[in-house]
Amino acid sequence: MSSTIEIRSAPHVKGSRTVEQIMRQVVYSLVPVCAFFVWQYGISALALITVVTGVCIWTERVFTGTGTQSGHIQDYSSVITGLLLALTLPPGFPLWMAAVAAFISIALGKALFGGIGFNVFNPALVGRAFAQAAFPTAIATYTPSFLSGRGSEFIPSSLALPLMQPADTAAWLHGMQIDGWTGATPLAQWKFEQTLVGAGELLTSLGGHLPIGPSPVLIVLCGLYLASRRFMDWRIPMAVFGSAAITAWALFLLDPARFPTPFFTLLSGGLALGAVYMATDMATSPVTPKGMWFYGALIGFLTVIIRNFSGLPEGVMYAILLGNAVTPLIERVTQPTPFGKGASKKARRAASYSLNPSYISRDGDVQERDKS
Amino acid sequence: MNQTVIPIHPAPSQAPAQPPSPQATPTGAMLRTMGLVSTICGLIIVGAYQSTLGAVAANKKIALERAVFKVIPAAKTIAEFVALPGGEVKEKVGAGETAAGALTFYAAYDGSGQLAGIAAEGGAKGYADTVRIMYGYSPTCACIVGLGVVSMRETPGIGDKIITDKAFLANFVSLDAKLNGELKALANEIKTVKHGAKTNAWQIDAISGATITSRAVGKAINESAQSLLPRLVPNLDKLKKS
Amino acid sequence: MSTIAAAPRTWDEFMEGIWKQNPVFVMVLGMCPTLAVTVSGVNALSMGVATSFVLVCSCALVSLMRSFTPKEVRIAVYIVIIATFVTVVDYAIQAISLALYDALGAFIQLIVVNCIILGRAEAHASKNAPVPAMINAAGMGVGFTIGLLALGVVREIFGAGTLFGVSLFSANFQPWVIMVLPPGGFFVLGSWLLLFSWWARRKEAQQNA
Repeated sequence: MSSTIEIRSAPHVKGSRTVEQIMRQVVYSLVPVCAFFVWQYGISALALITVVTGVCIWTERVFTGTGTQSGHIQDYSSVITGLLLALTLPPGFPLWMAAVAAFISIALGKALFGGIGFNVFNPALVGRAFAQAAFPTAIATYTPSFLSGRGSEFIPSSLALPLMQPADTAAWLHGMQIDGWTGATPLAQWKFEQTLVGAGELLTSLGGHLPIGPSPVLIVLCGLYLASRRFMDWRIPMAVFGSAAITAWALFLLDPARFPTPFFTLLSGGLALGAVYMATDMATSPVTPKGMWFYGALIGFLTVIIRNFSGLPEGVMYAILLGNAVTPLIERVTQPTPFGKGASKKARRAASYSLNPSYISRDGDVQERDKS
Repeated sequence: MNQTVIPIHPAPSQAPAQPPSPQATPTGAMLRTMGLVSTICGLIIVGAYQSTLGAVAANKKIALERAVFKVIPAAKTIAEFVALPGGEVKEKVGAGETAAGALTFYAAYDGSGQLAGIAAEGGAKGYADTVRIMYGYSPTCACIVGLGVVSMRETPGIGDKIITDKAFLANFVSLDAKLNGELKALANEIKTVKHGAKTNAWQIDAISGATITSRAVGKAINESAQSLLPRLVPNLDKLKKS
Repeated sequence: MSTIAAAPRTWDEFMEGIWKQNPVFVMVLGMCPTLAVTVSGVNALSMGVATSFVLVCSCALVSLMRSFTPKEVRIAVYIVIIATFVTVVDYAIQAISLALYDALGAFIQLIVVNCIILGRAEAHASKNAPVPAMINAAGMGVGFTIGLLALGVVREIFGAGTLFGVSLFSANFQPWVIMVLPPGGFFVLGSWLLLFSWWARRKEAQQNA
C-alpha cells in the first residue's frame, strides 16, 4: 500500500483514515455477530462463514491480479462481503451453492464495475439475489437454532455434493424428534400461517428452536460501536428503522388482523443486519446528509411494502438493492447549496461552472459593472 | 461490389438528380410491384396452409386427446360439447365460435362406448401468470378424478411442482364435487387449504412452499365446476352415446 | 468478376455472418428471440433454423425482385416477403410439433420484425444477385443459430442438467432456476460477450506485439 505513488488532481486534502482501517473496524464489529451465529447453528454455520469468506477473498485475489481493479486484496472489503453474505444465508445452505453466491458477489457485484468504490450495488446482496433466483428452494430452507448436536454434526444439506440437490432436512429433523419445531422463519410463519412469534424471542434470538439469525440487539450494539467511532453514518440505519416502523405502524392501524405489529416488523428477518451493515455500505449509499435520510427512509418503506404485499416473506434485500439503484439520483437531487449562493435554481446552475477561473473573473466583471 | 450495383439503379430512378421527388417513380410501377409481390406471397401462403392443414389438425387432435386421456385414464374416444347459459347441453359441430356464455367441455368414452368422464378446462391467476388446468369429472362418484396442466408460467422448481408432486396430485383422485339440493351450485366449495390442513373430501392440500400456485389450481377448478356442473349434471343422459 | 476470385469470395461471404459479423456476438442484433427462447438447446436450434429459413428465402426473393422494386415501396415489399415466409414457418412448426410451437410461442411470429432479416434484405440482398445474397443470408443464419445454441446449451445444462434432452448428471441434479428465467439469458449472453471481447482483445494485442 505504501509503496504505491498516488497521482491525483487538487485538492490534496486527505482523511487520516484509509479504506483498510475502516474496513478492518467493520470486520472487528462483525466478529461478535458471526460468533453468535456459530453459537446458534454450530459447525454448519462455521463452515458456511469460512467457505463464503474464503471464496470471496480468492475471487478478489484473482481479479485484483488482472490489474483492472481499484482496490487491493489487503483492504478487507472482500472479507466484509463474505461475512455479510454468509450471515444472510440459511445456516444449512449447501456449501457449493454458497461458493457460487460468493463468487457472483465479488465477480458480478464488484469486479465487473472496476473494484471497490465503483460498484453500484452492495456485492453481498448481489450474490444473495443470484442465489435467491437460482436456488429458491434451498435458500428458503431453514433449520431451528440451538439443536443439541450442533457443535459436532453438520446439517445434512450443508454437505451436498457440487451441482447436486441437498439432502432433505425435514426428514433429518423428524428423525431428531423435536417437539414443536418449525422450519419456517418468523416472517414465513406470519406470511403463510398467520402466527406471530413473540417480541422477546425475536429480540434476543435465544428462544428455543426458532430458525432465525443473530439477535437484532447484538447487531445494533455492534452498529453503535461503529457509529460512535464514526466508521459508519448513524443516519442511514436510523432512517431505515424509523420509516419501517412508521410504515408498519400505519398499516397495523389500518388493519391489525392483516398486518403484523411494528415491533415484529423491526425485529424479524434481516432488517437489523440490512439496516446496520448493508444499507450503510459506503460505495453504494449517498454521501449527502439529506440524501442519507431519504435513502434510508426509502429502504425501510420498501421493505415493509415488499413483505406485506408481495409473494415473498422477506424484502430487505430487494429494498436495499433498489435503494442502491437510486443512490446516484438521490445524490444529484440533494446536493447542498454552496456557501454564499442562494437557493434559487439559477444560482445553483452558476455554481456548476464557477470553478473555471475565466468564469470566476467574468463573474467579478459583472459584479463590478453592476456596481458602477 | 460496385459493378453489381450500377446496373440496378437506372431502372427505378429515371432522373439521377439529388432531390428524392415523389414523382421519381410512377404510381403505376409501385402498384405493379406491390401487386406482383402480394400475388406471389399469397400463393406461397395458401400453398403452405393447404399442405400443412392435415398435419396441424391431426397434431391438435392428438394434443387434445392426450390432455383428456391424462385426466380420465379409462377414456378411449372423446367428443366436444358446449353447455349453454340456459342449461342446455349439445354437441359442438364444426370449429366455429361458440355462443356467448357457453362453456366447452369434453365427454370421454371408454372402449365399450360408455361415458367414462367429463373433462373441462379452468384457469386462475397464479404466481406469475394464469395457470390453465384441465380436470376430469366422474359423474358416477360426482367427484374430480384427475388434474392436468394446460399452460402456466410458474417458477420452475417451486410452482411447477403441481405437475409432479405426488402428494398434491393425490388430492385429485376423488375430490368431492357434489351439487347441492337445488343443483344450482356445489354443495361444498372446492378450496385449497394450507399444507397439512386437509380435513374434508372437497379440500385440496396445498404444496408447502407453493401455496399460491396450489390456490390457483383450487380456484380454477372451483370456478369452472361451479358454472359448468349445474348445467351439466341434469343433462348427463344426453352425453350417453348409442 | 473472374471465376478465380469467385470461390474465396463466396466462402468469405458465407463466413462473414458466422464470425466477423456474427449477429449475436458482434452486431448484438435480434436480442428478443436470443434472450427469450434459448432456455434449451432444442428451442435454440429450432428458432435458429426457422430464422435461417426465413432469412435465406426472403433474401432470395428480395434479390430476384430487386430490379422491379422502386425504392419508395421497398420496405413494404421486404416486410410482405418476410411476413410470408414467417407464416410458412409458423404453419410448418405447427405441423411438426405443437409442443415446440408452444415453447417458441409468439417469437415465431416475431421473426417478422427481427432486424437481422430486414437488415440483410436492405443492406445486401437488394444490391446483389440471388446466389450471393442467399450465401450471405445462409452465413448469417448459421451465425445466428450458433449464437442461439451457445446460449441455449449453457442455459439447458445449468437450468435442467440436460443437453438436448439427454440427462448429463444423476437424477439428483440441482437445477439453477435463474438460468431458465429471463435474467439467466442476460447473464449467459453477458458472459459470452465478455469471453469474445477478451479473446478479440488478446488477439489484437498479439498482432500488435
